[in-house]
Amino acid sequence: MNRTFDNPKVVFTVWVLSRLLVCVAFAYQTSLIPSSRLISPDELAKILQSSKGETPLMIQVGSHVLYSQAHIPSSEYIGPASTEDGLQRLRKRVEPLPRNRFVIIYCGCCPWSHCTNVKPADNALRALGFTNVKSLYIANNFGADWVEKGYPVAKGD
Amino acid sequence: MGSHVKKKLLIGMVAVALAFGIYVLGRPSRFHVRRPARAELSLAPDFSLPDLRGGYLKLSAYRGRVVLLHFWATWCDPCREEIPHFIELQNKYRAQGLQIIGISMDDGPEPVLDYYQRFKMNYPVVMGNAKIGELYGGVLGLPIAFVIGRDGRICKKHIGATDVSIFENEIVNMLQN
Repeated sequence: MNRTFDNPKVVFTVWVLSRLLVCVAFAYQTSLIPSSRLISPDELAKILQSSKGETPLMIQVGSHVLYSQAHIPSSEYIGPASTEDGLQRLRKRVEPLPRNRFVIIYCGCCPWSHCTNVKPADNALRALGFTNVKSLYIANNFGADWVEKGYPVAKGD
Repeated sequence: MGSHVKKKLLIGMVAVALAFGIYVLGRPSRFHVRRPARAELSLAPDFSLPDLRGGYLKLSAYRGRVVLLHFWATWCDPCREEIPHFIELQNKYRAQGLQIIGISMDDGPEPVLDYYQRFKMNYPVVMGNAKIGELYGGVLGLPIAFVIGRDGRICKKHIGATDVSIFENEIVNMLQN
């Protein structure tokens, strides 16, 4: 029995299956965010170009290393929302804001269906009562779907 | 509802979840994109990055071996799916000259060390940063893997989760050269 659990592949498979059960039970997947709560890169780029309307608060909920390489100008780094630390920073950042504030969350670390950061961030903001939250739909990754499309990019911290 | 009905319902739900899990783990990757990269066949940029043991790893120290450089993070599902396969490849081809090197793009080493120990990773992992990402053409999505020849030149770049058989074929070919 102990030998079985010395095998990294067995440990990994058991771990993945347990995570999967959690995901199924708690609806953790980005694909479960309804399309009405998504915004496409093109739509966001138009909002950023326009001088009309409310400027959204944009929050990156992925890795700092990725943020440092490229992020949406004026967006803020919060950290991976798949971690409790990241979620706490997110809650703290938005806590003083009016609940109808236009907030956009994005990550782009992985293909959309594999992103573990956006859905927890969306859940947390909804739980706090925010009513105007959109998740940036990044199909593949931030490089392919934002940077390489020529949308505005900033670097550094 | 009777307790035996509840029990059957619970068993049914677990069975469905397991079947779904097996399907997800067994399906072929949809995210592999072959990029005829400009970077291919260029010299892999050298680096010296902190490892998980308090030292530094220098890529050029592995010249003469076939290197699989894997950019990943502990929170990246597709990255984690590749790692058990890499552990097997490292075991299988170590003697012939394969060296896998993981570059973690996590924000700090703690979760990486935890993951490394828990899954008994058998190849070195270093902590990446924005500079190394830029050196390798921008690591703006994970996973990304580079296959580097014995002469230090990048032969293949894989963006997104990639089937292990593709890596193995490339590695075997390069080990024979």
